[in-house]
Amino acid sequence: MTQANQTEQHTLVALVEDKPGVLTKVASMFRRRGFNIASLAVGTSEKQSLSRMTFVVNGDDYTVGQVAKQLDKLIDVIEVSDITNESIVTRELALIKVETTPITRGEIIQIVNLFRANIIDVASESMVIEITGEEDKVNALHNLLAPFGIIEMLRSGLVAMVRGHANGLAHGQMNGHS
Amino acid sequence: MELTGAEIVCESLLKEGADVCFGLPGGAVLPLYGALSSYPAIRHILVRHEQAAAMAADGYARATGKVGVCIATSGPGATNLVTGIASAQMDSVPLVAITGQVPRPAIGTDAFQETDVTGVTLPITKHNMLVMEVKDVAQAIHDAFHIARTGRPGPVLVDIPRDVLLGDKTEFIWPTETKLPGYKILGEAPDDQVAAAAELINKAQKPLIMSGHGVLISHAYGLMTELAEKAQIPVITTLLGISAIPSDHELNLGMSGMHGMAYNNLAIDEADLIIGLGMRFDDRVTGRISAFAPNAKFVHIDIDASEVDKNIKTTVGMVGDLKAVLGQLLPKIEPNVHINWRRRIDQLKVEHPSHLVRKSDELLPQYVLKRLTEVTQGRGIVVTGVGMHQMWAAQHCKFIEPNTFVTSGGLGTMGFEVPAALGAQIGCPDTTVWSVCGDGGFQMTMCDIATAVENHAEVKFAILNNNSLGLVHQLQELFFEKDYVASEYSANPDFVKIADAYGIRGIRVTKQEEVVDAVQQAMETAGPVIVDFIVKEDEGLFPFIPNGQSVKEMLEEPAFEEIA
Repeated sequence: MTQANQTEQHTLVALVEDKPGVLTKVASMFRRRGFNIASLAVGTSEKQSLSRMTFVVNGDDYTVGQVAKQLDKLIDVIEVSDITNESIVTRELALIKVETTPITRGEIIQIVNLFRANIIDVASESMVIEITGEEDKVNALHNLLAPFGIIEMLRSGLVAMVRGHANGLAHGQMNGHS
Repeated sequence: MELTGAEIVCESLLKEGADVCFGLPGGAVLPLYGALSSYPAIRHILVRHEQAAAMAADGYARATGKVGVCIATSGPGATNLVTGIASAQMDSVPLVAITGQVPRPAIGTDAFQETDVTGVTLPITKHNMLVMEVKDVAQAIHDAFHIARTGRPGPVLVDIPRDVLLGDKTEFIWPTETKLPGYKILGEAPDDQVAAAAELINKAQKPLIMSGHGVLISHAYGLMTELAEKAQIPVITTLLGISAIPSDHELNLGMSGMHGMAYNNLAIDEADLIIGLGMRFDDRVTGRISAFAPNAKFVHIDIDASEVDKNIKTTVGMVGDLKAVLGQLLPKIEPNVHINWRRRIDQLKVEHPSHLVRKSDELLPQYVLKRLTEVTQGRGIVVTGVGMHQMWAAQHCKFIEPNTFVTSGGLGTMGFEVPAALGAQIGCPDTTVWSVCGDGGFQMTMCDIATAVENHAEVKFAILNNNSLGLVHQLQELFFEKDYVASEYSANPDFVKIADAYGIRGIRVTKQEEVVDAVQQAMETAGPVIVDFIVKEDEGLFPFIPNGQSVKEMLEEPAFEEIA
């Protein structure tokens, strides 16, 4: 079934067992079924021995529905939820190493301040900037710094959380049982 | 009770009711064999090649409904299991594979006979695990059996390092529950979905049930037949769904799909409702998906959520255990007769009689199977390999009891017929198993004839010998300008002499009038028998919907006179 629905960006969060091999199983499933991960962030969760993964996946509703169902089918995955249409907060962290000269340094500092980003390392011909924010904000800073010459950039991938008291997983809306 | 890791494996196998396992020892797994000798309640069947261990465990599981167990050593032993494990995964067969691994300090060093078997089998198992502590062995085996046999069944591999098997004696504590927080077992479907499905079924004028492997796995054949009878809905089975309903049941239309009955494919084309039960609308069933059942709505019930709306967009898709959901659905179904629809299908059957066998002077493979099934009267178990002989068996063999047709469907594993037949017979010791073989597949696994002989297995091997890879040959004829590269055998062995070498009876059949007698003699001879049927070499397999095409492009056999 491959009706061309609209391709859009979906944010999925999953609670998984914190065991060796789980990341491999998740990554292998994406590879083997031909799904694309735009970004993936993994870290410990509030629950002991469980990790939380945030996926950004590009695809139509059919594809993303399959991603969620196939993820949920993995034994080590406890719950999966597509929170794209929920009220959520998202953040990404980026480290950007940018070229500087005595002439450009002042302008770069101004831009960094405007974005409420941080300068965390300064050398004679470069500095490292740390920014945290929504993806658009990180993109915007990147675009403004690009003309100065970006030596290195590292983005953490998006992490996302549902606003309010809910933990974003209780509804089970994408776990295929509804 | 303080035990070694290997002893804990044996105790755990007994707790899980596994009284048979198929395997072949080697260095890393040898401690487990050392323990097995103290557990006579676990019967070990020594195979000649590990692929036979996995496939025999598969055949055992399909025929009995129990979990099949296979054992292999690290490295090549474990990788030899791979094709069998992949077959089980594709066909949802409950299997537990236990492999020895190199000792923990050697893992990751490219040690002798080291393979990352959990890595290798990751995409072809339902789940797998590497057990690194003796204290975790019992839980791992318990979880493995639970995962293998519940939900949509599948193979689970448990890899245990040699030093964990040898391990210091550790207290054996049988876990009271599984430790699988991410594993859910489904039961009933939501009532509103059941009601919506019932309404569609009650309103349908031209409904068809498509009955898949899930009907057998879930023991839902009784309820499925009840549904069919209550509303007089004709039943089409998938390849793996064969034997869920007796062949001679008036509502059973047999198999559809690429090589299914022509009238079934035509009926699907006209149907206004398809009720898919425990099946996945696989491409061999549907052909080109956009042209499949163009006039139909779809009710789909499956236990695997990822199968619903995967290949076919359903009108009502229900995720749950088939037996439970059919139990919910049945009371809401109104009795019906569908007299016009059933007449229409009868007419299609007269116009497109692909269930009949053509009269010929030569020995046709279809003829052999028709006579074979007449002699056995549909009793016993039929196991097949993959290819033309498999499709002819699906078309012409008759079945009475559930789980009596064992075949590799999803993966299409040639060579399955020899070890799977052995496994099925070990699992059903009072039943005669007919292994319908191709001469190609038979030669892939015939080394395990020895295992059948050793275990006095009542397996009768019927080789439909066309001296070629028949289905490949036909594809080359139709789609590769008759370029018969690498599909003809010029030096097949003498299979009767092969039988002789193994000390069993071999019978060669070249004429139609010899068939019944040979089958009867095979049945009357104790133990394995090889019957070498020298059949017409270029006999084509029909009907045939070419890959990616629809019923409109279906090829049928020209009109013929049928045999008596």
